[in-house]
Amino acid sequence: MRLLATVFAIASGIIVLLGYFYPLPLLLQLRVLLTNWAVIIAAMTVLIGIYNLVAVHSEKISTGEKGSASSWVLIISLILTLVYLAYAVFSGSLEFATRVVADTFIVPVEASLMAILAVTLIYASIRLLRRRLDVMSVLFLVAAVLFLIAFMPTPYGPVPGDQAIAQFMNVFSTGGARGLLIGIALGVLLTGLRIIFGVDRPYGGQ
Amino acid sequence: MIALAWPLLISIGLLLLALILLIGLTLLHSKIPTALRQIDAFDRLTRSVGLAVENGTRLHISLGRGSLFTTRGASALAGLAMLRKLTERTSLSDRPPVVTTGDASLAILSQDTLQSGYRAAGAEDQYRYSTGRLTGLTPFAYAAGTIPVTKDEQVSTNVFLGDFGSESALMVDAAERDNSTLIAASDNISAQSVFYATSQDPLIGEELFAAGAYVGAGPVHEASLTVQDILRWLIILAIVIGSGLKFLGVF
Repeated sequence: MRLLATVFAIASGIIVLLGYFYPLPLLLQLRVLLTNWAVIIAAMTVLIGIYNLVAVHSEKISTGEKGSASSWVLIISLILTLVYLAYAVFSGSLEFATRVVADTFIVPVEASLMAILAVTLIYASIRLLRRRLDVMSVLFLVAAVLFLIAFMPTPYGPVPGDQAIAQFMNVFSTGGARGLLIGIALGVLLTGLRIIFGVDRPYGGQ
Repeated sequence: MIALAWPLLISIGLLLLALILLIGLTLLHSKIPTALRQIDAFDRLTRSVGLAVENGTRLHISLGRGSLFTTRGASALAGLAMLRKLTERTSLSDRPPVVTTGDASLAILSQDTLQSGYRAAGAEDQYRYSTGRLTGLTPFAYAAGTIPVTKDEQVSTNVFLGDFGSESALMVDAAERDNSTLIAASDNISAQSVFYATSQDPLIGEELFAAGAYVGAGPVHEASLTVQDILRWLIILAIVIGSGLKFLGVF
């Protein structure tokens, strides 16, 4: 079974790759077919993932682990949402119901986390020099402050010279980001090759 | 025959070159061993893994939320290669490592990888499916689900390796408040800047993909690093020559 999984995974990878580089009709058809299968599998994995989430939190509740109250909240919220959305499907108001769930719970909670994130990032920046006092850290902070000056709104309009500062900083940040992304792309390439040719097999228990 | 455009030919050439170099360097590994430069974060990780086993504390590995159906998934796959080795090393610990992800397919793969790690260490009966968890499907849900793991489960070392966004700051902050060791790397530029500001020894750029080689995942991982270096030099050369030719008005 493991061997079959490996052979199928390697063959799929090679077919999709060949279909991308050499678009013969047969390869293209196979590529589309395999991609469609992957989409169906992805949808199934979400269901399995939700089952995993419920199972982990049920275990927390049954063993009385720390934070099991949150697990109760999660499971009850999940059941209520499922029931509400199932009712909405049958009553033909799914779009409205989805918007209500998003606007009432998801958006406010995520907005609150976003607000906390802003404070966390400021706090992290303040503590950076205490954690690691070197040239790169100073440059990092100076760049961040200059970007803030260039883009922040003030009651008196834009800061004088904001465009020049942004343009000057963009030269370095864009160059740096491209350098990092080239390195990452090479890493992605080699990781992809290891997976396609079955050297790394995070599937099938190998 | 289908005529291929020259950018596509270059891509194919790069791919084939990478493949040939990868195979060649892996076969030559015993004759030409790879010299790995010192990366503080990986040294710290090795120490922390040993300490976690001795202290009976837990290792928490978060693989991000990069979908395997996009290029973002590659960073998670690099994380899985490291996870396999770390699982083998910590399989005999009182508290097994726990893995959190923000993508369902990645959660399943992490469970598979954990199981294979235990099997390789001859301790498959120690494996529990609940140690590979999906904590949320949106960035903030993932962060909110991961924070309790870092705080409530006696974690001494947090490894964040994969595709994250700026929400990673919340997870890193929670880990830091508990004074746990933090190793963090991402393929995402925003997350990299967050990790640079928040962790002691940040991993920058492609260092994320070196994780496997540094935890002893095998000669192919070490050969991969060498191939990356060779290709990087070729790209630098191409950029310099291209810039020169453009400056001279050749094209």
